[in-house]
This record gives sequence, C-alpha cells and structure tokens, in this order.
Amino acid sequence: MILLDRVTKTYNRRGPALERISLHVEPKEFVIIVGQSGAGKSTLFKLLTREEKPTSGKIIVGGMDYDKLKDKDIPLLRRKIGVVFQDFKLLNNKTVHENVAFALEIAGLTSGEIKHTVPKVLDIVGLKGKESHYPLELSGGERQRVAIARAIVRQPKILIADEPTGNLDPKHAWDVIKVLEKINRFGTTVLLTTHNQDIVNTLKRRVVTISEGQIVSDRAVGQYKAS
Amino acid sequence: MKSRKAVALERVVKNGIVSFGRNVWLAIAAIAMMGITLTILLFAVVANATFSHTIDDITSHIDVSVYLKDTVGDKQRDNLITQLKRVDNIKSVDYVSKEAALKIYRAQNADNPDLLAAISETSNPLPASLSIKPLDPNRLEDIKDFLEKPSIAALQSDPTSYSGDRKAAIDKITRATHFFEQAGVVGIIIFVIISMLIIFNTIRMAIFNRRDELVIMRLLGATPWYIRGPFIVETIVYGIVAAVISLIICAGLFAVASSTLQASSLGLLDIKYSSQYFTDNLVLIISLQITAGIIIGAASSIVATRRYLRINK
Repeated sequence: MILLDRVTKTYNRRGPALERISLHVEPKEFVIIVGQSGAGKSTLFKLLTREEKPTSGKIIVGGMDYDKLKDKDIPLLRRKIGVVFQDFKLLNNKTVHENVAFALEIAGLTSGEIKHTVPKVLDIVGLKGKESHYPLELSGGERQRVAIARAIVRQPKILIADEPTGNLDPKHAWDVIKVLEKINRFGTTVLLTTHNQDIVNTLKRRVVTISEGQIVSDRAVGQYKAS
Repeated sequence: MKSRKAVALERVVKNGIVSFGRNVWLAIAAIAMMGITLTILLFAVVANATFSHTIDDITSHIDVSVYLKDTVGDKQRDNLITQLKRVDNIKSVDYVSKEAALKIYRAQNADNPDLLAAISETSNPLPASLSIKPLDPNRLEDIKDFLEKPSIAALQSDPTSYSGDRKAAIDKITRATHFFEQAGVVGIIIFVIISMLIIFNTIRMAIFNRRDELVIMRLLGATPWYIRGPFIVETIVYGIVAAVISLIICAGLFAVASSTLQASSLGLLDIKYSSQYFTDNLVLIISLQITAGIIIGAASSIVATRRYLRINK
C-alpha cells in the first residue's frame, strides 16, 4: 500500500530532515510512528501527501509512483488519502455537516449524494445529532472526530493522522483512537503519529521509531517510552 | 445526472457569488474604480463617434459657390452645369436662382429688419449661383482650375467662394479629435491599470482572509481551478456591477444633458448626437461595457491568484 525506498528529504541549509528512509506498509495495516518533535515525522507525512517532494528516493502509494505524478494528478492523489491534523484544521464558520460535506463538494459529488453520505459518516465517528453545531461549540475530542469524519468521508484507502491526540485530554484522546481503530477494521490503512506512550503501549500495533531523520526501530508489536 | 465537472463548475460560480457577497465592502473600492474606468471608456467611445459624425456633417456642408452674372442665360447656365459635372471630384451641382437666393437671405436675416429693408427697397441684388459639392473637400484644385478658365470666369459676377473658413474649422476639429483620441487612449490605459491594481489588491486580501480555508481545500484535494475559480468569478461580478453602474451614470448624464441643454452642444461635442448614438447603440454599448468589465476583472484575478495562491504545490 505504501512503499518508501531510500527516501531523503533535505531542506535548504539544514541537514536532511529524512535520510534514506525505507518503509513498507501493507494494506489494512495500523502503523504508529513515534519520535521526538523534529525527528522527521511531519516531513514523512508531507512527502506522502505530496506537499513536499523528496530530494531523492522512491515513493509509491496505492500503486501510484510519485515520480510519475503530474501536477494535475496531485488533487486526485489527495482525495485518496485522508488526513487528520493535531490542530483539526476545521472551518469554524461552517457547521459540522458543512465541514464534512466540504470534502465531498471538492470531489464534485452532487448535493443529493452529499446529503446521503455525511450523516452515515458522522454516525461512524459518534457525532450523530451534532450536525448543525459549529466547531467552536464542540469539545476538542469531538472536533477531532469531525476532522476524521471529513478525512474518511470519501472512503480513502489510507488515513494519515498526524498527532491527532496532541491537543486532547486522555479521555478524548482515547475516543479518537477508538474511532481510528474502527476505521482500520473497516479496511483502511492507518498511519498514526503520537507522543503518547500510553496509547502506543496499549494499542499493541506495529511501531516505527524515527530519530534524527532515520528509522531506528520497526517492531510488529512495539513499545514506546517517551523521553 | 449531472457530471462531476458540471457540479464543480456550478459550485465554483456559486462560491464566487457567495464570496462576492461576503467581501462586498472590501470590494467597493475596486468596483468604484472599475466603474470610473468603464465610464471613461464609454465616454471615449461616444465622443469618438460624435466627433467623427461632426466632421462628416461639416464636410458634407462644404461647397463651392459660383456666382453668376445676371446676363448669363438659361442655356449658358445649363451648359456650364453639364461641363462642371464632368470635372473630377464633383459630387453634385445645384442651381440657386436669384429668387431662391433672396428667400434664403430673408430667412437668414429674419431677425434683422434693417437688412431686410435694404434689400426690398431696391430690386434683387443677389446673384444666381451654382452650389458645387465636392467629393473630397481637401482636393478642390481641379474645380478651381476649371472655374478659373477665362471663358468660365467671364460668366461670374463675384469671386468664387471656397468655404475657406469651414475648411480651417474642419482641420481644427480633426486635430482636436485626434488629440482627444490619444488622450482618451492614454487615460483609459492609466485607469485600467489602476483598477487592475486595486482589484489585484482586493483579491490578495480576500486570499489572505481565507488562507486557512484554502490550505484545507488544497489538502483535501481540490483542483487548482476549484480553488481559483471562485476568486475569478468574484471579480467577474465586480466587472458586471461596475459596468451596470457606469451605464446608469452615463444614461443619467445623457438624460440630464439632453433635457437641460436641449440639442445644444458642449464646445465641439454635439450632445444631441451623443445621446442619440448612446440610445441607438445601447445593446452594443452594454455588451462592450460588460465585456470590458469582465476582461479587466478576470485578468487581474487570474494574475493575483497565480501570484498568491501557490496552488500547484
């Protein structure tokens, strides 16, 4: 599903943010990526969503070779990858329903299709009945679940969650993680970054540790100790 | 079912109009400036048409008058007319009899009883004449050569009148028109540039205000056109609104001008003809204004979005 082959990304002046990273993720896998701030996790995600181009190396996601990707293919690529951020990136002037519908509008679905799809997805993330609320009226955990609903509403094969629990208290963090597990059970490949050692150690999933731009460990059932 | 593209286009247009509504206060400066630009453009077009009409009008009144001696008989006169019609550059030759000349004189001096009295006291002193209209008033040499032949000159009571003053007036108007044309073009260019800069800035602010939304759109896989389209639609709406405003201003000005000035003119500008031209060509003028508005609006937002959206990342 995801294949990185000796990928290096160097920003100007500084040393490489990622250096010869090789990673293979199978379909339907749930992979946790851990590492300190600045280790290169965000850069890795930016490479996957094609916000950045690698300096060298090969990236293939869902059968698409990024070297062969044209500018006009990038929007289509992004529609196949769901993304969730630590800061939610919701539109505060739109309701929950509108925020989720936004992703479908961009993809060109008709209003009828959108009306049909959005409630189902909000049900999956446990936000039934909150359709007409605005993000600022919701708790952090609820907001993050709106963001997840928006990310999965187009049924992507891959969901990338970049520190989705970073701003949440433990209870809400677990609500979000449970939703991610549920989505993974439905067959979506999930890539999750987190600092939360409690979550990592309880999930008992594959853990990839990145340090100073390199993969320092990759274990099928990983443990993590935040330093 | 509608295709994905049709749905996307519909949304782009809808989002653009919604965004126009949201930014209308921000857009007022841009719309006002574009309104002024389009008004100037419209005046330039109407003034240009009016000046060329005035020139045509005066040109058509240019004539060469040949005054005949009272002794010239009908036969000699007809002979002369036939010969004249063979001369190059002649459009028409009309005979004005002594009686007709008197009538014209009386009509022209109806408000001057002294002159009328002077005429009626004696027998009719006015000569019969031939009024010659040239095809090209700037080329009277052939006509002049013919009339100066001794045999022809012998028939004339007074020196030939070449409407010399009129020719000078035409030259003056032509020069003035030319000047206005150039000044108009320069003015329009300057105003178009200013409007475009203001629109450019307005769109830049609109992009800045919505930067979060634009980032999210990009990450969710919106195509560049889906992101840019609404901004371009928004400025097209500016253009249409500005065109409508300028048309209302102009229509109002012409209505006021023709009702208060009544068929008179402002210097060289024939107001009556201008407002007639405006009414007669209304459809053409409306299309011109709206097209110009759309082009100015769209061009500036295309540049602004290319410059500030960095959509290809």
